Amino acid sequence: MANSTTEKAKAADTPKIETQPITTMSVVVPAVAWLIPGAGHLIQKRWGRGLLLMGSICTMFALGLALQGRVYKPNGGDILDMLGFVGNIGAGGLYIVTRAMDWGQGAIAHATADYGTKYLIVAGLLNFIAVADAYHIAIGKKQ
Amino acid sequence: MTIQLSHFSAAVLFAVFASVVFGITQRNSTREMVRYGLYCFAMFTGGVILAGWVMWLLRR
Repeated sequence: MANSTTEKAKAADTPKIETQPITTMSVVVPAVAWLIPGAGHLIQKRWGRGLLLMGSICTMFALGLALQGRVYKPNGGDILDMLGFVGNIGAGGLYIVTRAMDWGQGAIAHATADYGTKYLIVAGLLNFIAVADAYHIAIGKKQ
Repeated sequence: MTIQLSHFSAAVLFAVFASVVFGITQRNSTREMVRYGLYCFAMFTGGVILAGWVMWLLRR
């Protein structure tokens, strides 16, 4: 009797860890959202948000390329290059297309070209945030 | 195609895109998203102008 009371008290003290059930959407949405910025919201019928995210992230990435920003490669050798790659890879499909087309070789020709590099990195990082948001919508944590 | 932007226009464009994403992802209702996006934009732009004046003062 005493044991069961103690166990009940322990169970009440232990914080409950909420585990989300793995659904098709909770797996597909982050993958699609990463590959195509904004698409994670679009496939969940958040049209306005999805289009705004897609427009912002894609325009930022395109501006980065137009400003002659540099696209980092995975084996840069330098720790800062690796961090730059982590930022770049966040853009998903945009990064893959850019590498496939051999764009973003970054021959810096003017003072503001470094903005281009920063635009490319931040576009990827913003897409990571958009992916997390799309995932939260998919699991019902956010409307 | 390449373009050239001034420091200020590059910073303002950066602020616009970052604010849109922050507003959408960090708030729940549409009204809050708009308000937070505008707040972020004001902070980004204000920070740029403030930093510009600080650098101007340091250079003098």
